[in-house]
Amino acid sequence: MKLNWLYIAWRNVGLKKLQTALSLVLLAFGVGLVSLLMLSEKQLSDTFDRNIEDIDLVLGAKGSPLQLILANVYHVDAPTGNIRLADAEKVIRHPYIAEGIPLAYGDNYRGYRIVGSTDAYTAHYGGTLAEGRAFEASFEVVVGAKVAKVTGLKVGDEFFSAHGLQDETDVHTDKVFRVVGRLEPSGTVLDQLLHCTVSTIWEVHEGHGEAVAPEDREITAVLLKKRNPLAVLTIPNTIRETNMQVALPSIEINRLTQNFGIGMNTLQAIALLIMLISFASIFISVYDNLLARRYELALMRTMGGSRGRLFLLLLLEGGLLSTGGSLLGLVLSRLGLVALAQLVEDKFRYDWSNIGVMPEELVLVGLAIFVGLVAAAIPGISAVRIDTSRTLSEAQ
Amino acid sequence: MIRTSNLAFQYQKDSPLLTFPDVECPAQGQLLLLGASGCGKTSLLHLLCGMLQPTQGTVNINGRALDRMTEAERDAFRGQHIGIVFQKSHFLQSLTVLENLAMPAFLHGAAFDKREGLRLLEQLGIAHKANSRPRDLSVGEQQRAGIARALIHRPALVLADEPTSALDDGSTAAVMDLLETQATAAGATLVIVTHDQRLKDRFGNRLDLTAQPQPA
Repeated sequence: MKLNWLYIAWRNVGLKKLQTALSLVLLAFGVGLVSLLMLSEKQLSDTFDRNIEDIDLVLGAKGSPLQLILANVYHVDAPTGNIRLADAEKVIRHPYIAEGIPLAYGDNYRGYRIVGSTDAYTAHYGGTLAEGRAFEASFEVVVGAKVAKVTGLKVGDEFFSAHGLQDETDVHTDKVFRVVGRLEPSGTVLDQLLHCTVSTIWEVHEGHGEAVAPEDREITAVLLKKRNPLAVLTIPNTIRETNMQVALPSIEINRLTQNFGIGMNTLQAIALLIMLISFASIFISVYDNLLARRYELALMRTMGGSRGRLFLLLLLEGGLLSTGGSLLGLVLSRLGLVALAQLVEDKFRYDWSNIGVMPEELVLVGLAIFVGLVAAAIPGISAVRIDTSRTLSEAQ
Repeated sequence: MIRTSNLAFQYQKDSPLLTFPDVECPAQGQLLLLGASGCGKTSLLHLLCGMLQPTQGTVNINGRALDRMTEAERDAFRGQHIGIVFQKSHFLQSLTVLENLAMPAFLHGAAFDKREGLRLLEQLGIAHKANSRPRDLSVGEQQRAGIARALIHRPALVLADEPTSALDDGSTAAVMDLLETQATAAGATLVIVTHDQRLKDRFGNRLDLTAQPQPA
């Protein structure tokens, strides 16, 4: 049998089960909340970044530019309206514009948007087919990975679309969509959509007796890539007289995250407060134990334990508490993120699956352990300074 | 083995100076230091084991001058060469009795022989409590566990501070027998500090602390 300091510290911490549990739970919640905020902020900005990759401008109907971006890049908001195809084509052909990807939508299948576009849309996000082939004719559909998983649609299946973007009451029973392909998961908005040609969207509504002349055909938006940086300044001028506007995704998303930031900061402050309370709890628990354990410490001195080593024992006890609490916090934040992801996925249809430990979290844990050590060191110093002789005399 | 000369101690600058008669005890000898409460018995014991540093005079244990060592050196020396039995035994409450026995060896970096520990507990009649928590022991069992801990690392000197004051006559005799036989078996010098008059006749070699004239 061989004792060691870690074992003794472990047993000492285990002796006060309630106090230890309180310190652990408080610290775990503090660290967990901060790390959850870090994680969700990162997931959110990753999701945003993945989806605006290389889209310089979005052309759509006048209205809120943020709404235009949210609706057409992320597909989480209603579109601002439709624009005339002829007007949009003028912008796409502008010499400063390298490429324009048209988007047209207005129907859904079980809450997932059916988006009419070209192969360029899928190619832009690096979407690859898991099975089947790309859409060619009208009413041929390639389903996103997430849609396929949730609805169970597979190649060869047929379905009706519903009018609108959410609601499933007004079903177009006269036009049958046929699934010809399924995409691999890409972690982008592609996963959440059903893809078809732009003309499919027109034909769905023509069937309603809303026959549309080719020159009056409308689309919802165009994702633009610029050839010349001046496009950002020039394009708004060329469309001033139309019902169209262009918005810059990067600027709108920056604005959005800044607004988010206020809420995030409040939550962060609350989390830091919880952490602070947990350090106070560790401090109190070490301090309180010391009053009761003064005799034990004096006893260890009589058996040859130096002040330095007893101090290290107390540090080790604080370290065990803060390390345990922090690691528990990391586990908690992951559980929280998984729960949050379920919630957010339903609402915003984004998949958050990457929950590896971030470097920022290691800094957080390091900091928490350090402060835990300090919280133990402060009462520890006064504890090992005690007069052994007097403590033992008082005990008699 | 133990030799002090002109030992005096003062707790604070304005507190009275406690003076002590010279204490001498040969190796493996046994010595009783007898004195009424408040005469500085415990201070003397703490001076003898280096927990207190004398204001004047010298303390020699095993040929080493404790008064010339640093605090850390005294801690280390005490851990290796001295075992202390307290009036009321204190233990590390989070550890078992056997683990408490392993503590002295651990603190001065020696190996602990578990069989040796169990044998000692056996001799003291508390082997069945080896894996119990200290607080689950009766007062008498705690006192015996305290003796085991003072002897386990085979110290050259065992100091006992009022080892019997909490015990009845029967237990007193039993504990003293144990202390004496175990100290003898371990080849340790035994010094007992007490006000307990019941112990007076057990020891030929005794020093009455109160009998000494106290200089003003």
